Amino acid sequence: MTINSAMDQVSRAATIALGSRRRSLRRPWLLGMAAAAWLATALLTVLWPNQASSDFDYTGDLAVAFAGLGAVLALATFTELRFACLPHIGRLAPWMLALALLFGTWETVTAKLGLLPMPFFPPPQALLEVVIDDRVRLAEGVLASLRLLVGGYFLGAALGFAIGVAMGWSRAVGYWIHPVLRLVGPLPATAWLPLAFFVFPSSHSASTFLIALATGFPVTVLTWSGVASVSSAYYDIARTLGANQGFLILKVTIPAAMPHVFVGLFMGLGNSFAVLVIAEMLGVKAGLGWYLQWAQGWAAYANMYAALLIMALIFSGLITLLFRLRDRLLAWQKGLVRW
Amino acid sequence: MVTYPAVSQAAVRTDIPSVPGAALWLREVSHSFELEGRPLPVLERVSLRLEPGEFVAILGPSGCGKSTLLRLVAGLEFPAAGFLSLDGQPINGPDASRIIVFQDPTLYPWRTVWSNVALGLEARGLLASHRQRVDDVLHLVGLAGFAAAYPRQLSGGMSQRAALARALVNDPKLLILDEPLGQLDSLTRIAMQQELVSLWQRAGFTALLVTHDVEEAVFLASRVIVLSARPARVTAEVENTRPYPRHRGDPHLAELRREIMGHLGLAETW
Repeated sequence: MTINSAMDQVSRAATIALGSRRRSLRRPWLLGMAAAAWLATALLTVLWPNQASSDFDYTGDLAVAFAGLGAVLALATFTELRFACLPHIGRLAPWMLALALLFGTWETVTAKLGLLPMPFFPPPQALLEVVIDDRVRLAEGVLASLRLLVGGYFLGAALGFAIGVAMGWSRAVGYWIHPVLRLVGPLPATAWLPLAFFVFPSSHSASTFLIALATGFPVTVLTWSGVASVSSAYYDIARTLGANQGFLILKVTIPAAMPHVFVGLFMGLGNSFAVLVIAEMLGVKAGLGWYLQWAQGWAAYANMYAALLIMALIFSGLITLLFRLRDRLLAWQKGLVRW
Repeated sequence: MVTYPAVSQAAVRTDIPSVPGAALWLREVSHSFELEGRPLPVLERVSLRLEPGEFVAILGPSGCGKSTLLRLVAGLEFPAAGFLSLDGQPINGPDASRIIVFQDPTLYPWRTVWSNVALGLEARGLLASHRQRVDDVLHLVGLAGFAAAYPRQLSGGMSQRAALARALVNDPKLLILDEPLGQLDSLTRIAMQQELVSLWQRAGFTALLVTHDVEEAVFLASRVIVLSARPARVTAEVENTRPYPRHRGDPHLAELRREIMGHLGLAETW
């Protein structure tokens, strides 16, 4: 279980914060303040004219979006409505308030006062404009990125898992693979980039290989260590009960090693994000990484921020998905940390 | 002693089949380990015969090789010399007819109590036709209400009962008990000793128990075997003809205990 505590460290702070939040957030007036702040931000956006030299087409739409959010929060405040999608909306109140202030300030210092230099610091409506006007290209980028990431990640995770189990199970496999793993494993997958783009027939297959490599190393090492640390008493028990080799691997080794495997999958996922973005920037002519590079070439900073935001949401969502899967599969463990 | 859902006599279920115990025979069994390149003898020409349905306890000083003896009987290791057989069949590997219960319950934490108990049946492909058997055995050891619980939710005594159920569900002919009650608190241990006797009487298996507790050996076993310090040899055998159920205050048991303490070289403490 020690390795699992390493994973728990990742979001220990989040857990503690969650615990204290649960206690302090039964104050309905906080939600009311958040609603008021969003409505005020909406008014500020629409009533205060933008800088004379600027032309932000979506200022009105942004104000409508702010007002819509404020209305939802106000409704929640007055009716104490329990939304099906947000059953704990009260817990979000301080964040909602903070975000309203943040957006209000952002709007003020960019579009209204022009305090920050312009193309580098676009106002929120410029991001909204990108998301709406450039939605086709962004959606294509998201799809391309996901296709590459999912293919490479699953390939790497499956191979890493299989190799890790084989290494932990068979002395001969361990003998041959271990030195290779020690030599090649620490090499960052990105170091293979020039070679991979040269050797592989397409940039897509080269990137898939790199992502698989980046994912595979931690998954292999942690699966292997998980298998190696399975208590021999578990095997004794199963053997006296009449288990054969196949049963030992599938029903003893693998379930016992799963907590380690998930740490490897988590680390591999982080690695795969890094390689994905770099591969898209340097070779693949598609995806969010490529979009970032392209936007920078045109000094389209609003596009960059929008793409970064979308990327953050997607990557965070994927990690959430992995944690959900872990919580489901490892429900027998005590004190699992939420992401 | 009220907190334990003890095996009540009223809960006896007729559908628990009574499997005749097996005869275990150890002939001149010797065994040694490698320690820093040198052989370390742990068992020296141990001969032993258990009659079908007998309850035999083995006592000996700490580290004398008792657990090794049990691992040989379970087929988890092979002796350096000598011969072991069960009902005339040589022991050459683990088999579900000889099941060992360790001091540590070693339940699989990722399986529910029910799935842990079902392990042996599942491993041998018998689970589909024997699901009722798992329920019956859980009922027998008083864990019927904990079938869906995970091992971490169980107390020490309940875990050991689950481990016992995991063995009994396979109808072993020989139950090998390696200090199964060693980690329990004394009250739970006393309750479990009684349960063990009643399970043994009902199921009919042969039982081979290793323990450190002379009182436990005298209370449970029909024969007590005393081993020497390493390398272990059989130094004494004490018959215990007292009928079951036994009473802890029985002066005859106290007399036997004194005799066994003498064999262990601890007579002056008694």
